[in-house]
Amino acid sequence: MTTVGIVMLVHTALERAEQVARHWTASGCPVVIHVDKAVRRRTHRAFVQALSDDPLIRFSTRHRCEWGTWGIVAASQSASELMLATFREVRHVYLASGSCLPLRPVQELINYLAARPQTDFIESATTADVPWTVGGLDYERFTLRFPFSWKRHRWLFDKYVDLQRRFRVHRQMPTGIVPHMGSQWWCLTRQTLSAILEAPNRAVYDRYFRRVWIPDECYYQTLIRLYSRNVESRSLTLSKFDYQGKPHIFYDDHLQLLRRSDCFVARKIWPRADRLYQAFLTDSAHAMKKTEPNPGKIDRIFTKAVERRIRGRPGLYMQSRMPKHGFENGITSAQYSMFQGFAELFDDFDTWLARATGTRVHGHLFAPGRAEFAGGQTLINGALSDNARVRDYAPDNFLTSLIWNSRGERQCFQFGPADNQEVNWLVARDPNAQVSVISGAWSVPLFRSNRNFGEIRKEAARLQKIEKEHLDVLRSYYAKARVRIWSMAEFVEAPMEPLQTIVDEIGLVHQRRLTEAPRMVDLSGFGQFLQNLKNQGMHPYLMGDFPVGPPASPVSEAPTKPYLVR
Amino acid sequence: MSLWDSYRMRIRRKHRLFRAARKSWELKVFQDATGAIRAGDVLLICTMRNEQVRLPWFLNYYRALGVGHFLFVDNDSTDGTLEYLSRQRDISVWTTRASYKRSTFGVDWMNWLARKYAHGHWTLTVDPDEFFIYPFCDTRPIPALTDWLDNSGIRSFSAMLVDVYPKGRIDAQPYQPGQNPLDIASWFDSGNYTIKRNPTYGNLWIQGGPRARMFFADAPEQAPALNKIPLVKWDRHYTYVSSTHTLLPRGLNQVYDDTGGEKASGALLHAKFLDTFTIKAKEELERKQHYAGSMEYRAYAERLKDNPDLWCKWSEKYINWRQLEILGLMSKGNWA
Repeated sequence: MTTVGIVMLVHTALERAEQVARHWTASGCPVVIHVDKAVRRRTHRAFVQALSDDPLIRFSTRHRCEWGTWGIVAASQSASELMLATFREVRHVYLASGSCLPLRPVQELINYLAARPQTDFIESATTADVPWTVGGLDYERFTLRFPFSWKRHRWLFDKYVDLQRRFRVHRQMPTGIVPHMGSQWWCLTRQTLSAILEAPNRAVYDRYFRRVWIPDECYYQTLIRLYSRNVESRSLTLSKFDYQGKPHIFYDDHLQLLRRSDCFVARKIWPRADRLYQAFLTDSAHAMKKTEPNPGKIDRIFTKAVERRIRGRPGLYMQSRMPKHGFENGITSAQYSMFQGFAELFDDFDTWLARATGTRVHGHLFAPGRAEFAGGQTLINGALSDNARVRDYAPDNFLTSLIWNSRGERQCFQFGPADNQEVNWLVARDPNAQVSVISGAWSVPLFRSNRNFGEIRKEAARLQKIEKEHLDVLRSYYAKARVRIWSMAEFVEAPMEPLQTIVDEIGLVHQRRLTEAPRMVDLSGFGQFLQNLKNQGMHPYLMGDFPVGPPASPVSEAPTKPYLVR
Repeated sequence: MSLWDSYRMRIRRKHRLFRAARKSWELKVFQDATGAIRAGDVLLICTMRNEQVRLPWFLNYYRALGVGHFLFVDNDSTDGTLEYLSRQRDISVWTTRASYKRSTFGVDWMNWLARKYAHGHWTLTVDPDEFFIYPFCDTRPIPALTDWLDNSGIRSFSAMLVDVYPKGRIDAQPYQPGQNPLDIASWFDSGNYTIKRNPTYGNLWIQGGPRARMFFADAPEQAPALNKIPLVKWDRHYTYVSSTHTLLPRGLNQVYDDTGGEKASGALLHAKFLDTFTIKAKEELERKQHYAGSMEYRAYAERLKDNPDLWCKWSEKYINWRQLEILGLMSKGNWA
């Protein structure tokens, strides 16, 4: 017989518990098993019968073990008492569950503990320092009473907590104890464990902890501080919890991960993970090398899982992630740029921008006819169609899908008052959006068009109204996009500087000055055009003040010549 | 949600249950092996007609995933389906010649079977051309998933329809019994889905994919719904409302997180577009037994004349569940 005794709490998957118990005893570790009282009597009897041939296995008094209640502590108490009384050689008692699986050869655990005969391995931290409390009950679990089951009577549980809060109930703690919490799976020395179990005022402590919330996470963890001489505050059992406080479960595909974890014992194992049981219980040659336990490798994978459950992937909308307004955690998945008025003012803006920034530059994605994808494509990443009806059926989805589908490549697109305006709020609220507007530039195509002036006037009035509304959205208090708005007059005055700013902000290719500007359209006569609109009773104001005569901007001086850097 | 709303939903649910009971008279037992159902078995319920060619692979697939018992409703098959199923011990079969349409497209029959046999079981309700994919399905059987769902207190699991299609003409490669349909139809659309909330039942309404792209480009609002909740820890008070898109009570439709996180979800690979489809579409059009006057099939028939290629250069070739996860069509949630 060895100096390590195992206390095993079992409630389901009894055949697995049997297998693990035999694994322990095969290496000489005595095992005391506690079977949950909820297990049927007949099943229990068969289980005891099956293990009766093993002299190192005992069964302790049964308690009803419901999660979060005292029963689990009571079970570990009576099993530990039986262990200490029956097996005198035992120096360390290891608390495990039926779904725990020893990962390393038992002898290694025995040696490890034999080398540390006075050390208690139990995670024990003051309540202020632990991040894992679930349900907002950390310190309160020690100061309120919890007579109702959280699992079965959630409503009563919550109401009773509320009631106590209202009446400011504050339980008196037994003198001398400071609440500590930690993993419920510990390994204690005979000295410490017996000191806890034989404490003269154990009845006082037990009475107190009986009404504490989840006592199995704090009973030993608190009392240990009174009796132990040498606490090593960590659990030898690898156990990961998700954000609801439920243990993560290990499956066959975790085999390599567990092999690399270097931990002595892992929980919890899916009972039907045959490969894991096969690998760790029968195949000791392959089990693991002798190294210091280091569960950090497994940490990452479970932390990521919890992260995904709580925060999700920004900008993704799908069947199991549909954040409501304001909870998006990233309205879109990546940065993009929306340009309004640039394609109207410059003849070759698309190609120029693509060249200057190395991004993918679309035309008017929300144009009435079709979504003008870059390169004239009819379908784009993710088989997103350019069909205007399909797009307008759910314009928000269209834009978020486009950005999601083309992750890794920045998207730029043109926009204007003639386009579908339904995405305006989405874009304005989105910190990923870079919105640059030359207000009033929609009038340039009208100015250059060969339409009747009456028509032009009507269209100009319509577009101006739409753009005004859009600008109000962009200037609103709720807008989180990086918005830049220039009036057309302002922009034409000195176009290089704004372009440089925009390109710098996209900041992909060029960190140097722009050497080439897009070619601006010929604006001679534009001031007169605006004046004509005014004369017709329409009031164009979004483009700023253009002189009626030939403009003094450099544009008119050399209209066909690209800008040079000054 | 007001009390009045809750009451209305309750009435609606009772009505569906009553309807299921009434329609159960149309079902005749052909083979009852339900005595073999053990506690904890995952059940599969399926309504079909003339799908014998698909069954060998279908049964293989779901047996390998750990389905314990199959409950089939055979709607008047003439292709030897019954004979084929009669030789298998984990299968119970009911037959009916009644109208598919008037049983709410099979939902009433399936509700009845679920109520009678599936109480307390995790129950998968799928069509013979739907293949259930979930996180880790290549290494963990369905009971691993359902145990985890039980542990997490989750009662229903979402799996969106992902239409898979071949490259080239639909009828270019004939499908052989026992063949994996994904060998032929292995392409899908990864990012052209639209999502709307259904305020009445609280579920999401997802549309898109190749069918919306090819057959419903002019009327995207009529494109078929792709949201499905096929896996439910059944209770005799539950009921499907329309296909497996919607359930009552409404809490079961809350398969999505609305505060930014991702719940775990899967996918149903929908291998509808095999060479068998052309004949099927024609037949279904004549029977007029499908949703909204078989509008869907009318749309298909119109386009199928010119043998369209559903494939495009942005189609993705199906590899495994991890690919679907990365593309954002399904999620592991906090299952790791």
